[in-house]
Amino acid sequence: MDTALLLLADSRLPAGGHAHSGGLEPAATAGAVRDLDTLADFLRGRLATAGLVAAGLAAASVSGDRAALDAEADARTPSPAQRRASRAQGRALLRAVRAAWPDPALDELTGAHHPVVLGAAVGIVGGTPEQAAAIAAYGSVNGPASAAVRLLGLDPLGVQRVLAGLAGRVDAVAAEASVTVRAGGLPAASAPALDLLAELHQRADLRLFES
Amino acid sequence: MSTGFASRAAVAASLGPGGRTRVTRLRSDGPLAVRESGGAVFMVGAGAGPLGGDDLELTIEVGPGACLDVRSAAASLVLPGRRREPSRLVVRARVGAGARLVFSPEPSIAAAGCDHRAFADVALEEGAELVWQEEIVLGRHGERPGRYVSRFDVTSGGIPLLRHELRVDSDAPSTAVLGDAKAVGTVLLAGKDLLTEPYATDGLAVLPLAGPGVLVTALAADTVRLRDLLRQGRSAATEHPAVPI
Repeated sequence: MDTALLLLADSRLPAGGHAHSGGLEPAATAGAVRDLDTLADFLRGRLATAGLVAAGLAAASVSGDRAALDAEADARTPSPAQRRASRAQGRALLRAVRAAWPDPALDELTGAHHPVVLGAAVGIVGGTPEQAAAIAAYGSVNGPASAAVRLLGLDPLGVQRVLAGLAGRVDAVAAEASVTVRAGGLPAASAPALDLLAELHQRADLRLFES
Repeated sequence: MSTGFASRAAVAASLGPGGRTRVTRLRSDGPLAVRESGGAVFMVGAGAGPLGGDDLELTIEVGPGACLDVRSAAASLVLPGRRREPSRLVVRARVGAGARLVFSPEPSIAAAGCDHRAFADVALEEGAELVWQEEIVLGRHGERPGRYVSRFDVTSGGIPLLRHELRVDSDAPSTAVLGDAKAVGTVLLAGKDLLTEPYATDGLAVLPLAGPGVLVTALAADTVRLRDLLRQGRSAATEHPAVPI
C-alpha cells in the first residue's frame, strides 16, 4: 500500500479525530459499553451502519461530484449533532490534507462532511475508491476503540484483539461499499441507537469528547 | 423464477372542484388491494403476507394541492416463502406542489425466517407536505426476526432530504443499532413550521434534518410503547398537542 494512504489512515494524522468518540462516550455513559465484549458488539454495529455509509461516501468522493455527495451525506445523517461532528472532522482533515498535499481540488471542500474530504484526499494521492472505502471503514471502528481505552481504562492489548477480530468485517464492509458505489448506488444503513446517543450526548453535563 | 405474486397497485388523488380531494384512481392487484373508506385509502390484505417470493409495488400520485391519507386495515405479517426467496415491497409516491400525503400503515411484523426488502421512494414537489410512518416489530412473541431491510429515499424539490435504511439483520442487536429493542419506528415529517432544535429522551429522538423535515426515531420493547413514543415525537416535531393518527 502507498505510504500516503497509510498516512491518511493513521490515527496520528493531526485531523482532530481524538476529539470524537463516534458515539462511544454516550454508549459508555449509558452502560451499554463497559468491557471488551460489549465494545466488540458496539463496534460491530457501528461498522455495519455508520462505517458502511462513510465507506460508500468516501469511495464515491475519490472522483465524484463532491457537492452532490455532501448533500447525500446530509440526507444520511438525520442527527444534527452527528452532522456537526462530521463537518468538524471534515474541516480538521482538510487542514491536514492541505498542509501535506496542496491541491486546487481541495478548495471546493471547505465545510464538507468528513468522508467526502477523505475520499477526495485519497483521490489526490492517487488512491482508488476501494482504498478510500477501506480507510473509512477502518476509521469507523479505530477511533471509537481508542476512545474506549481512554474512557473505560480498557486493556489496550485487549482492545487491539477486538480490532483484530473485526478485521475481516472491516474488509467486507469496505468491499460492500465499493461494490455498491461501482454499481451506481450509495449505502444508507442507519443506526437509530447511535442517532439517539448522539443527541443525548449533547445534553450531558460532563463530556470528554465532542461526539 | 419467482413463485410468489407480482402485483402492481396504484392510487391517485387530485384536487377537485370546491377544493376537495378526489381519489381518481384505485387499482388493486393480487394481494395488494386498495379501498377508499372514510376519507382515507386503506391497503387491505387480500392475501397472507408478504410471503417469500412476492413482488409487490404500489404507486401513489397526489396532484397539486390535494390531500391523501393512506393507511392499512391491519398489521402485515412478513413470512418466509416455501422456497426461501426474498419478498419485496416497493412504494413510489409523488406529492405535487402544495399537496399533502399521510402514509401511516399498521406495523410490519418480521417473522422468524423472513427475508424481506422494502423500498419507498418519495418525491416532494415545491411546498408539498409529508407524514410517513413506518413501524417494524422484530418477530412475533418470543421469536427472533428474520431479515428485514427497509430503504427510504425522499427528495424535496429534487434535493435529497432523507436516505435511510433500517436493517434488521445479524448486526441489528448491537447496542449501536437497535440494541435489545423489539420494535423500531420512524416518522418523517416534511413541510413547514417544524421543530428546529433536536429533542431526545429515552428511546426517542426528534431530529431536524438538514433540509425541510424532521425525522422521529423510536426504539421500544413493544408496539404499544413504540406508538406512544412516535406520537410523542410527532407532537414535539410539530409543537402541537399529541393527537391520534
